[in-house]
Amino acid sequence: MTAPAPESLPARFPHRHLLGIEGLSADQITYLLDRSERYVEVNRGGNKKSSLLRGLTVINLFFESSTRTRTSFELAGKRLGADVINMSVAWSSIKKGETLIDTAMTLNAMHPDVLIVRHPDSGAVKLLSEKVNCAVINAGDGSHEHPTQALLDALTIRRRRGRLEGLTVAICGDILHSRVARSNIYLLGTMGARVRVVAPPTLLPAAIERLGVEAFSDMTAALEGCDIVMMLRLQTERMHGTFVPSIREYFRFFGLDREKLQAAKPDTLIMHPGPMNRGVEIDSEVADDIDRSLIREQVEMGVAVRMACLDTLTLALRGEAEAEAPRRAAP
Amino acid sequence: MSERFAFVNARLLDPASGLDARGALVIEKGRIADFGAHLFGDGAPGDLPAFDCGGQCLMPGLVDMRVQLGEPGEEHKETIRSGGLAAARGGVTSMVALPNTEPVVDDVAGVEFVARRAREVKLAKVYTYGAVTRALEGKEITEIGLLSEFGALGFTDATRAVADAGVMRRALAYARAYDQLIVQHPEDPALADGDMNEGEIATRLGLHGIPVAAEVIMVERDLRLLELTDGRYHAAHVSTRAAVEAIRAAKARGLRVTCDTAPHYFTLNESAVGDYRTFAKVSPPLRGEDDRRAVAEAVADGTIDAIASDHSPHDQDSKRLPFAIAAPGIAGLETLLPLSLALVHDGLMPLLDLLARLTSAPAAILGLEAGRLQRGAPADLTLFDVERAWRIDPDAFVGKSKNSPFDDHPVQGAVLRTVVDGRTVFQTES
Repeated sequence: MTAPAPESLPARFPHRHLLGIEGLSADQITYLLDRSERYVEVNRGGNKKSSLLRGLTVINLFFESSTRTRTSFELAGKRLGADVINMSVAWSSIKKGETLIDTAMTLNAMHPDVLIVRHPDSGAVKLLSEKVNCAVINAGDGSHEHPTQALLDALTIRRRRGRLEGLTVAICGDILHSRVARSNIYLLGTMGARVRVVAPPTLLPAAIERLGVEAFSDMTAALEGCDIVMMLRLQTERMHGTFVPSIREYFRFFGLDREKLQAAKPDTLIMHPGPMNRGVEIDSEVADDIDRSLIREQVEMGVAVRMACLDTLTLALRGEAEAEAPRRAAP
Repeated sequence: MSERFAFVNARLLDPASGLDARGALVIEKGRIADFGAHLFGDGAPGDLPAFDCGGQCLMPGLVDMRVQLGEPGEEHKETIRSGGLAAARGGVTSMVALPNTEPVVDDVAGVEFVARRAREVKLAKVYTYGAVTRALEGKEITEIGLLSEFGALGFTDATRAVADAGVMRRALAYARAYDQLIVQHPEDPALADGDMNEGEIATRLGLHGIPVAAEVIMVERDLRLLELTDGRYHAAHVSTRAAVEAIRAAKARGLRVTCDTAPHYFTLNESAVGDYRTFAKVSPPLRGEDDRRAVAEAVADGTIDAIASDHSPHDQDSKRLPFAIAAPGIAGLETLLPLSLALVHDGLMPLLDLLARLTSAPAAILGLEAGRLQRGAPADLTLFDVERAWRIDPDAFVGKSKNSPFDDHPVQGAVLRTVVDGRTVFQTES
């Protein structure tokens, strides 16, 4: 296939790729969320499978291991009737990475329609998107962005609270290395939510408040009056004296437990992108609280959001971009 | 060119003496025989072969005190020949190569190799630094005495800092016996373990930030060691206001410290990284606007003694990578003069002062007989048009590597002709 001309892109989402949330408008985010809603219903119904993407090839290209995200994308593609291929590429940044461009060129020659890419280096997915002719979805690049995670988080919140605007959301944990945090900061900020970030100072990136958030290193203060508490995963190799001294110290001050949660609103909801480190960043009792925890719902929303993204990015290819254009008033 | 030759109708510029006058210059057997405003009365030089400069600027050839030439070891990126062509095109008649080749220039054979290759190539004059420590490992100091005897112009671990304070102290003290210069890459390696300047842009891009403090901490440590040892110290490619201020204060205290910067540090700021543009990845990183301005001001007031290209040629494969693993550096030899002239055109400093930073000042730091118009000195000259406006086109570089963030960058000032030992090594078509 060849890339669709810019004028053939759908007016409400005029992007060839989904590389990040930064730069998307509130309208465009709303469009993706609305479209995702439809797929939540489809997925809950009896007949989950459609033939919308029949004949299209979707390649899951993962340079970093992942089970959840890859499975979620795979399921989304298959439910839409696409041919889905999974590729895992061992990647070490010590071994010079010509492989990235090489792999992109090789795959491009096979004429895929959508490439879903995860890579351990920030910016790598964008670099790859410049070398291929098909749509590219960023499934997480380094510490940069993970747009479908932010979309599924937003969908989860919106379904529970009916809105995003005006909510106070605390994002807690390894903000420095987190692509989930960055995508959520952009999305929630664009949609009018108030965002707080909470971490030990060693895990807060420089000038983070310039992204429109309030930064805290006191978890109780940060949770005060929050509608949503979003926990992040802390990788174990960062917990032994490099960024934080120990797991027990981290849990004591930054782990989410009943006690700290009391500072938040009584009906506050808890989220986690998974996989969880129980007893490190989150107490099991809290994670499993069915009244509060949205963690399983997030997984469900993930498939719907990814179906909506695949659907949207292939509209032009399927010749349906026109149909999505906003109706013009009759003259 | 014949044995005797004259440049007439030139605007003679000699930053060392302050000369700025219309006149002529005569070359004889590769050396400057005579020059001045009234060399031939007001008449023609008789039957002497002459080139009419049409009023353009004739100055001592540029002395570039920091280049990487890729040879030996990385000849696919640059060679002494291709780097020599790039230098000639850039008006550079003398340059000093970093010792981080493969093998490292940490013994006399390495120094001799560079000297021999440069003699064979016969373009710009090529000198080399010796490594401060064996294999640039930062542990054992090299044979500084012998290496300097064989022509090493100073000592540096190139793009690596001499991180160990004890090693640096000994290097500064030991080099004093041979009156040798220690050139530092002033970045604390533990703090400089990142991809770009620390701040909002790095945070947005998810790249590891390098704080401004990484530079000034190393500079300040080294200045203390300099005070302790009474050696000679040169800080390379200064990029921050804090480091500039530390060096300014040290100079006021009378320490023997000098420093340079590269044009990108006073031309660009961190926003040039844009959306992961690896051509704007350099070490140290491009800084914020306040630092950029401080560097420009320090060049103007002389706190920064010299401007060097920090020529770092890289092939496509080293740059077409995710930002974090792309090679740092800019191919800068061919754009050194026009980018630097912006400081004059922007009204920050007089022309002669700027040219001093590119000629007499680096030559003095290195102890080279170069960088000034002097009777009997080698005829290393650059003829340039200070006004000509053009846009940089890296694809048109004659050097092997085209890695420059200055694609389509508008500049004013162009090299017309470069002369080394009386031989023309570059000349524009027209």
